[in-house]
Amino acid sequence: MAILVNRNSRVICQGITGRNGKFHSLACKAYGTNMVGGVTPGKQGESVDGIPVFNTVLNAVNETGADTSLIFIPAAHAKEPILEAVDAGIKVIVCITEGIPPLDTASALHTVREEGRYLIGPNTPGIISPPEKCKVGIMPGYIHSPGPVGVVSRSGTLTYEVVDQLTKHGLGQSTCLGLGGDPVVGMSFVDVLKLFQEDPETEAVVLIGEIGGSAEEEAAEFIKSGGFTKPAAAYIAGRLAPPGKRMGHAGAIISGGTGTAHEKIKALEAAGVTVVENITRVGEVMRDLLAQSAR
Amino acid sequence: MNLHEFQSKELLAARGVAVPRGSVCYDPLETLIAARRLKCDIVVLKAQVHSGGRGKAGGVAVMSLEEDIRGKASEILGKRLVTNQTGPQGKPVSALLVEEVLQVDKEIYLGVVLDRKTGKVTIMASPAGGMDIEEIAKTQPEKIYTIAVDPLRGLTGYQARALAYRLTDDNGIAGQISHVITTLYQIFVSYDCSLAEINPLVISGDKVYALDAKINLDDHALFRHPEMELWRDRSQEDQLELSARKDGLSYIKLDGDIGCIVNGAGLAMATLDLISLHGGSPANFLDVGGGASEQVVADAMSILLDDRRVKAVFINIFGGILRCDVLARGVIKALKQNRVELPVIVRIEGTNIEEGRRLFEESQLPIRMIGSLDDAARIVVETAKGLKTAG
Repeated sequence: MAILVNRNSRVICQGITGRNGKFHSLACKAYGTNMVGGVTPGKQGESVDGIPVFNTVLNAVNETGADTSLIFIPAAHAKEPILEAVDAGIKVIVCITEGIPPLDTASALHTVREEGRYLIGPNTPGIISPPEKCKVGIMPGYIHSPGPVGVVSRSGTLTYEVVDQLTKHGLGQSTCLGLGGDPVVGMSFVDVLKLFQEDPETEAVVLIGEIGGSAEEEAAEFIKSGGFTKPAAAYIAGRLAPPGKRMGHAGAIISGGTGTAHEKIKALEAAGVTVVENITRVGEVMRDLLAQSAR
Repeated sequence: MNLHEFQSKELLAARGVAVPRGSVCYDPLETLIAARRLKCDIVVLKAQVHSGGRGKAGGVAVMSLEEDIRGKASEILGKRLVTNQTGPQGKPVSALLVEEVLQVDKEIYLGVVLDRKTGKVTIMASPAGGMDIEEIAKTQPEKIYTIAVDPLRGLTGYQARALAYRLTDDNGIAGQISHVITTLYQIFVSYDCSLAEINPLVISGDKVYALDAKINLDDHALFRHPEMELWRDRSQEDQLELSARKDGLSYIKLDGDIGCIVNGAGLAMATLDLISLHGGSPANFLDVGGGASEQVVADAMSILLDDRRVKAVFINIFGGILRCDVLARGVIKALKQNRVELPVIVRIEGTNIEEGRRLFEESQLPIRMIGSLDDAARIVVETAKGLKTAG
């Protein structure tokens, strides 16, 4: 069934008439996603290449039964659309927007959690489930293939790199999900590992982490305590990062002794995760892990 | 965007937090006059740079009025202060904060951050003030008290009071600390800070003072505070990093000799790691972002070509939204404009790769296309080292 999204997901795009919203809604649809509508205030009744546009998320939900939303709204205004999606009953909210003021994300996230919904992102490539032909995000669909590996990552293009390797090694993916590169995001590695653990289609997981924060250490703790029992490989980016510098992702600030690549690698290895030092070897390491567990 | 100590104190003082008497000076004579005007026996001169560890680096001087204040000021002003946080190039000192020296009975740490894990604004306090919070966390974590603020309710008075009473038993002092906590929280929220810190907050007699303060504003929310741009001190920021930001690029200078252009922050970090794994040393981190245009790519390339340390350029792009042909046009444009003959190693993958490859091949520039990322990284390291490479 994959996690969070599948062939039955009914997806709308908030901001569908913008350049990116339109381009990616159509790309998702072309991949096979059930794009049932879009939202842009003032444009109800229009259509984007056959996808109907609504004034409000509530209208879209009432008319189409949407349960998943893809958000392309400029950073300065992105907090409200998340709240609007929650209020309209959307279950899975994927927020692509980069650079939302962290306090805005934090306050929206509070509501998302109170209402028991899922927020993927912000600053995420989104989520894709190749076996379900469902893509809710901006990742290039063609590099993916259906299969048993779950991928969860804090990065965008780095995920593409790893997925491409997996596919070239004949390893398809069950679901690939980008947590998002901002300091505050809706889901953690632990949240996603819980879902992967429950998903029968996922046989192994690749974790792609980076410096900053403690999400990887928490994942290691979770795995160690027996919360996740499938084979896992990990790659941590940023071993070279100078302390205190912001390397593109706001999340990647390391200060003092916390959040360094070294500490994350140590924690993951202690939890039995195979940590790959060279990014170009993730595919073959995962192939070996799966071969071992099949024996 | 970081604020200077004197700017941070100005925000605090405007909201009723006591700070030592003092003023900001920009030349030695002014410093002497300011020191005399304080009418106290001992004063402190503090270099205003965006860095901690100023004391150990010689950026802070406690002096009596008898001593040569003007001489000391001219020693510090105009220098580049090298601390354990600035890197070897240091940061220029163009201002000194001259302050009265207070009697210190107790030092307290107070900081406000946004906790990534909980998504809540979190206030940290410790009676072990004067040290870095990282150091306290390492050596005596039991002495850090935190409160998480509910985003909808905001900081409540009782939370601030409860925290204050963990730091002191004195009712009068607790009242003042509680006011400082509330004020620091309000500054954090109303200016969209990434950090608001008073360290140390000192108890001096029956009064509480912010002896040092550090306030950093989150860059992503600066659009809400355009007036704060007036407080930006460009001399404290790296010039290449500044011009990159103007072009919408994310650039960080590193110490090596291999210039890197990558799309996406995660892949960029992984590329740096791969280069060092092969024994090389990157000159920079440069993320052109997901949807870069031809011009943005050309600008990125020009920034690298301006950097004289760079011996070889490595371009690693996984085209998603950024198409390989757009990238190729940008790189070729910059190379032709700058007439630089640096070796360029390119590894591209993803959207429109055939077109990108063709453009590079037909450009007749010293560009090598390598299919495998691992090989490409190895070759660029060898090239920068001036070794002959096979294949």
